[in-house]
Amino acid sequence: MNGRRLPKRHGKQRTWPAFWVFVGPFAIGLVLFTFVPIVWSAVLSFFDAHNTVTPSTFVGLDNYVDMLTNPDFLHSLLTFTVFAAFIVPTTVAIALGLALLVHRLRFAKAFFRSVFFLPAACSYVVAALIWKLSVFNGVRFGLANTVLGLFGVDQVPWLSSASPPWYWVALVTLRLWLQVGFYMILFLAGLQRIPTDLYEAAYVDGAKPGWQVFRHITFPQLRATTVAVVLLNLIAAYQAFDEFYNLMASARGYPPFARPPLVYLYFTALGSGQDFGHGSAGAVILALLIAIVTVLQAKLFGFGRRED
Amino acid sequence: MVKPSGYARRSVLRGAAGIAVAGALATACGSNTGRGSSGGDGPTIKQWYHQYGEAGVEQAVKRYAKAYPKADVQVQWTAGDYDTKLATSLLGKDGPDVFEQSVARVDQLKAKQLVDLTDVFGDAKDDFTPAVLDAQTVDGKIYGVPQAIDMQMLFYRKSWLEKAGVAVPTTLDELVAAAKKLTNKKVKGLFLGNDGGAGVLGAVPLWSIGQNYLTDDQKKVGFDAAGAAPVFATLRKLYTSGSLLLGAPADWSDPSAFTQGLTAMQWSGLWAVPVVQKALGSDFGVVAWPKGDAKGAPSVPIGAYGSTVNAKSGNVDAAKAYVKWLWIDKTDYQQDFDLSYGFHIPARKSIAAKADKLKSGAGADAVKLVQQYGKVQATPGWTATMNTAYTDALNNIIRKGSNPSAELKTAITKINKELTTLYK
Repeated sequence: MNGRRLPKRHGKQRTWPAFWVFVGPFAIGLVLFTFVPIVWSAVLSFFDAHNTVTPSTFVGLDNYVDMLTNPDFLHSLLTFTVFAAFIVPTTVAIALGLALLVHRLRFAKAFFRSVFFLPAACSYVVAALIWKLSVFNGVRFGLANTVLGLFGVDQVPWLSSASPPWYWVALVTLRLWLQVGFYMILFLAGLQRIPTDLYEAAYVDGAKPGWQVFRHITFPQLRATTVAVVLLNLIAAYQAFDEFYNLMASARGYPPFARPPLVYLYFTALGSGQDFGHGSAGAVILALLIAIVTVLQAKLFGFGRRED
Repeated sequence: MVKPSGYARRSVLRGAAGIAVAGALATACGSNTGRGSSGGDGPTIKQWYHQYGEAGVEQAVKRYAKAYPKADVQVQWTAGDYDTKLATSLLGKDGPDVFEQSVARVDQLKAKQLVDLTDVFGDAKDDFTPAVLDAQTVDGKIYGVPQAIDMQMLFYRKSWLEKAGVAVPTTLDELVAAAKKLTNKKVKGLFLGNDGGAGVLGAVPLWSIGQNYLTDDQKKVGFDAAGAAPVFATLRKLYTSGSLLLGAPADWSDPSAFTQGLTAMQWSGLWAVPVVQKALGSDFGVVAWPKGDAKGAPSVPIGAYGSTVNAKSGNVDAAKAYVKWLWIDKTDYQQDFDLSYGFHIPARKSIAAKADKLKSGAGADAVKLVQQYGKVQATPGWTATMNTAYTDALNNIIRKGSNPSAELKTAITKINKELTTLYK
């Protein structure tokens, strides 16, 4: 090491151009396609911006007042808070369960790891089409209805029926199928980082394998991973769009139930609505809500806290 | 936690470089979208069409563009979500000079997006079907030249109705009863789309009881909650009766459910006639949406894309001249466009009279329905916000079983709010 260390100033001069050659394009892209739109959107949220992105009528906080008193937007926020409260724990439990099972395997570990991870590589749009057209279509030859038919149950219009809301079955199973594998990989990585001597020490102290070891060794050791998984999941739940749009929307718009906030805003601002003022105000409110929930959750579970 | 290693940093940089390259490629693809450029001299005119499903239309419109002598017309054939792409492109300066849309909306006029085309019509104005001309007219000024008419109607399987002893329904109650009688273990009675008609029917239930979205001057709500509630309650009854096909692989616009025998009756459009004819021969008929009560009439929704000029265009006069040439003067091209490819009804009566395939069978019935009952759903004053409010109410009533008159009242409140902002 000693002989190869270069003088400090020299090194700096050398790496500076290289730094910008590599980071420059990325930084420009980030500024152009992320930061400028964010700022522009924030500006638009204070203007009456119907059919224009360079508005001239300043309306102050009117758009925010409208959105915060808009029952449809509030309803979609509430629906997705409930949705998050359900999907996040479910995903974490299933992903953790799969990870524990795969971790214990003595053979074909790589095979099962890949099999469970594979759906994560599938496009949301493609998966949504498969769910809509073959698994959960409402006619007699749909997969779900064929299986139910074997037990003599009448065909169920999965995505059409709103009372009872069968569409949630399709939406939730699709989301779980797509993302559980990915979070399982994160948990697996976490499991592999737990030192084996901890388990040995536990056995020496008389801990029974199974629930007791999981409760007192494995799960506490996975805290950082769990918190990260919950966080990613929570943000993903509020940002739901792809599979909802592809399963529920028709050419004539989106029904008023199971309507994610982003879908509502999409139709307000970008569809034939073209109301960028209200759309941007809604987007800012949603972003703030995600930020608040994330910060609260991080405080509660101690994300980024040093592990001892 | 472990510090990021050199490897991780490298892969981040690699990713960044990848994004940069992808960005460059995207830019390269984005430029020069104008295809089918014509040989004419003079200014360049960009013209947009949405993607017509029928083979040959794209080649045809490019052929017309090439034949125009006074400008270099570049045709863009726009696949995918045309309305959204168009709305976005109209915001900036680089949008099309000439484009097609089915209705000139009041909010577009407020944003000064459209050019008044009243003077290009001349004597030809009376030759156009009034209903589709109205969709392009605001305060007496016309903002688009209608091209070809499309319409929706109810398809029914003649032999199945006969076998079940069911007459072709002329009232909503008869429709409900017929759907019930035609339903058996394998076949449902009626298909109105996978949402039970909440999306596609639109103003049709209102028309069927003599009401409408808006009043004729477009400035007031045209329906009342108490009066309209019963017809929506019937639609809910239909939805829960078990005789409606729901969750079919293809939606209402595709006649597959009808031709595959999943349903005995289906709401679809004129465009479906050739496919149905091929599959079922003459074993089908078409009819209007039945009337909802004694005050109403049978309903037939129609619509027509109209050729429109972008007010932000740098060549407004040249664009207007081109629209006049193609959609007013060149009747031979109009006839070719209307009748040679898909199954449309010409917007001009003089051309419609020449259409042989509209003189017999389902085509002739469709023309008769349009002439008798044809109405345009989307009128200039009906904005996207109003439509969302109304469709939400329909979804809640039909699919969730919410109280019809309460839901309609909520919709009316929202529509009134939008009317106030629109005309303040």
